[in-house]
Amino acid sequence: MDFNHTEDRRMISDSLRRYLAEQYDNEYRNKIAYEAPYHDASKWAELAELGILGALVSEADGGFGGDGFDISVVFEELGRGLCAEPMLANLMALRLYAAFGQSERVDGIIGGSERAALAVWETDAFSTLDDIAMTGGDKLSGRKTVVYGGNSADHLLVVARTAAGKFGLYEVAAADTETLSYAMIDGGGAAEIVLDNTSAKLISDDAADAINAALDAGRLALCAEAVGIMDMLRDTVKDYLMQRQQFGRPIAMFQALQHRLVDFSIEIEQARSIVILASSKLDAKDRALHIARAKNLIGRAGKLVAEEAIQMHGGIGMTWEYAPSHYAKRLTMLDAQLGDTEDQLRTVMELEHA
Amino acid sequence: MDLNFTPEEEAFRAEVRQFLKDNLPEELATKVRNGLEFTKQDIEQWHAILQTRNWLAATWPVEHGGPGWNATQRHIFDEERSLANAPTVVPFGVGMLGPVLLKFGTEEQKATILPRILDGTDWWCQGYSEPGAGSDLASLKTRAIRDGDDYIINGQKTWTTLGQHADKIFCLVRTSTEGKPQEGISFILVDINTPGIEMRPIRLLEGGYEVNEVFFTDVRVPAANLVGEENQGWTIAKYLLTHERTGIAGVGYSTQALIELKSLAKKLKRRGKPLAEDPIFMSKVTEVEIDLEAMRITNLRMLSGGGAMGTVSSMLKIKGTVIRQAINDLARRALGPAACPFPSEDVLGNLAVAPPEAANNAASYFNNRKLSIFGGSNEIQRNIITKELFMG
Ligand SMILES: Cc1cc2nc3c(=O)[nH]c(=O)nc-3n(C[C@H](O)[C@H](O)[C@H](O)COP(=O)(O)OP(=O)(O)OC[C@H]3O[C@@H](n4cnc5c(N)ncnc54)[C@H](O)[C@@H]3O)c2cc1C
Repeated sequence: MDFNHTEDRRMISDSLRRYLAEQYDNEYRNKIAYEAPYHDASKWAELAELGILGALVSEADGGFGGDGFDISVVFEELGRGLCAEPMLANLMALRLYAAFGQSERVDGIIGGSERAALAVWETDAFSTLDDIAMTGGDKLSGRKTVVYGGNSADHLLVVARTAAGKFGLYEVAAADTETLSYAMIDGGGAAEIVLDNTSAKLISDDAADAINAALDAGRLALCAEAVGIMDMLRDTVKDYLMQRQQFGRPIAMFQALQHRLVDFSIEIEQARSIVILASSKLDAKDRALHIARAKNLIGRAGKLVAEEAIQMHGGIGMTWEYAPSHYAKRLTMLDAQLGDTEDQLRTVMELEHA
Repeated sequence: MDLNFTPEEEAFRAEVRQFLKDNLPEELATKVRNGLEFTKQDIEQWHAILQTRNWLAATWPVEHGGPGWNATQRHIFDEERSLANAPTVVPFGVGMLGPVLLKFGTEEQKATILPRILDGTDWWCQGYSEPGAGSDLASLKTRAIRDGDDYIINGQKTWTTLGQHADKIFCLVRTSTEGKPQEGISFILVDINTPGIEMRPIRLLEGGYEVNEVFFTDVRVPAANLVGEENQGWTIAKYLLTHERTGIAGVGYSTQALIELKSLAKKLKRRGKPLAEDPIFMSKVTEVEIDLEAMRITNLRMLSGGGAMGTVSSMLKIKGTVIRQAINDLARRALGPAACPFPSEDVLGNLAVAPPEAANNAASYFNNRKLSIFGGSNEIQRNIITKELFMG
C-alpha cells in the first residue's frame, strides 16, 4: 500500500493551491460568487490554462488524468480555496462528452473556450433517473431545476426519456433556452432552465449508465471538496481558539472546546479515508456503492464540522465578513447537491440488499 | 398530578385564539410562515395591536399596563401566538428593560419610560457585548466617567440586535476599575441620537442585516439615566438573565415549525413518493417531535417551580435551542437542492424553485445558528449548570 499521490498529482494540487491562495481571497470570491453572472470568465480561463480541466479527463479522451484520484486532488484544492467557478458542472459534462466521443466539445471545455452543464433534475425529482419525467425528441419542453453552472454554460446536456423507455442524452444550446440564473446561498451560480419546444441534438438514446457514472464522478468531486473545506475549517478553528481570549485566557484552554475540536478532527480523518477509498473505486464495478457510502459519511461529518466551526467561533462565526462562515455554508449546502446524506443512505441500503 | 389545563386556562386559550384570529394581519402571518424579514413598521404595527388588549408586555403587572399573566398564561399565549403564525414581540423594551426598571428603577424612571415602551415611542436595543467581552461579559471596557451631572462614555458595543431601528440603548458600562471586574459595572440608559454615537451594520452569514456595532466617542449622558446604584450593573444583568423563563425554550416556535415541516414533507417527493412516507427522513422528524413533546412538559414542570433558578433556565435554553435548530436543519434538508438558491427577490418571487413558505429554509437554518450563541452561549449555560451541580 502507498498513500502518497503521484508526482503529477502533487504538482497540479500545489499549483492550484498557490493560484487560489494568491488570486482568490475571500472578498473577491464573494463578489464573484454572489453577483451576476456568478462566476468570473477570466479566472475560468486561467484555471483552464493551469490544466485543471484537462486533469478531469483521461489521456485517451483528450485530457491527461481522469482517474478518481485526479478528480479528488483537484476538488480538494477547490474546496480549500472556496472556488465558486462552475467546475462541478463542467466535470460532469466533460465525462459525458468523453463517454460519447464528442472530442470537439471535450477539447473546447478543456481549453476553456466553452462551458457546459448537466441539466438532469426536475422539481421533486433529484435522486435517481427514475424520477425524471421529461420526454425526449427533436424538440424538448419542460423545466430542469437547480442546474449547477447553468448560469454560465454555452451548452446544456439534457436528460430525458426516449420513446423506447430509455434515458436519452440531448444537447441544447443555452442561447435557445430560457435560462433564469441566480446565486446559490453558499455562492456560485445555478439556473432554472425552461425548454419550450426547444431544438435538441440527440447525443445518445441509451445514456443511463454514462449519466450515472458522470453523476458519481460529481459526487466524488463534492466529497473531495468537502475534505478541503473541513481541513481549512479545522485549522481556522484551532487558530481562533488559541488567539481568542475570554476569562483571562485563550478559550483553547477550556477542555469542553478542546474535546470538540478533537472529535471533529477525528471525523475529518474518517472523511479523508472514505474519499480515498471512493477515489480508488471510481472505475470499479461497485463504484455506485462506494460513492454513496462516501457521500453519506461526508454529509454527516460536514454537518458536524460546519456547525461546530460556527459555534466555536461565537458571534464572529455568524458574520459575512469572516471567511469561515462561507466555508461552513458551502460545506453544509454541498450535501444537498446530487443527493444528500439521507439519499445516499437509501442508495447504500438498496445496493447492499440487492 | 394532573396534566390538564384548568377550565379557566382553557377559556383563556380560547380567548387568545379568537383575538389572534380577529386581529392578526394576514400579511404579517405570511411573513412569519415564509420566514421573511420584518420592517420596523411591521413590528410597530404588531406591538400596537397587542397593546389594544394590554397584551404587549406579557410579564408586566396590570398597574403598569401589562396583562398581569402568570407563567402558565404566558406559556399558553406563546403557544397560541406561534400556532397562529403571529410575530414574536421584540424583547428589548418590554422583555428586558421593563422588568429591570420595575425592579431597580426610580419612580420617575418608571413613570416616564414604561409608557413610552408600551405605546411604541421608544425602540430600545441592548448594549452589553463588546468585541473583547462576549462570554466573559464582566470584562467589558466601555468606560463611563462621572463629570458633574453627566457621565461621559467612550468605547464600543457590538452585536446590537436591531440597533438600526432603535431610539435608545441600555448599556452595561465600566464605572470603576477597582476590585473584581463585576463590581465596577453600571447599567445606564442612552439616547441613540446623542452626539458621539455611531452605528455600523454587521451583515450575517445568510446575508441578512439585524446586528450592528455601536461606537461611543465622548458621549455625554445625564447621570439621572443610571438605573440602580453606580456599580450595581452586574446584579441587574444577572437578575434579567433568570427573570423571564417562559419563552426561553422556544416551545411555541418549535411546535409551529414542526407543523410546517410535516406539511412540507407531504408536499415534497423523494424517489417518487411523498417525503412524509419516507422512513429515513421521517424517523428524524419523529425523534425531534418526541423530544419536543418531552420539552413541553419539562418547560411547564420547571415553570411551575421545580429546580434551581440558574439551572432551570440554562437547561431550557440548551435543550430548547437544540430542538429548534434540529427542526430548522430538517426543514432545509427536506428541500434537497431546492434549498440551494440564495433567497433573492427573484428566487422568492418568480422562480418558485421551492414552495414559497420554504424558500427561506436554508437562510433560516444558518441564521438560527445564533440561538446557541447569544443570550449566553450553550457552553456558558453548561458551565452554569456544572457550577450548581458540583458547588450549589
Ligand atoms: C445574531 C446575534 C445577535 C446578538 N444580539 C446581541 C444584542 O442585541 N446585544 C448584546 O449585547 N449582545 C448580542 N449578541 C452577542 C452574544 O451575546 C455573544 O455573541 C455571546 O455572548 C458570545 O460571545 P462571543 O461572540 O464574543 O463569543 P466568545 O465568548 O468569544 O466565545 C467563543 C466560543 O467559545 C466558547 N466559550 C467561551 N468561554 C467558554 C468557557 N469558559 N467554557 C467553554 N466554552 C467557552 C463559547 O461558547 C463560544 O462557542 C448577539 C450575538 C449574535 C450572534
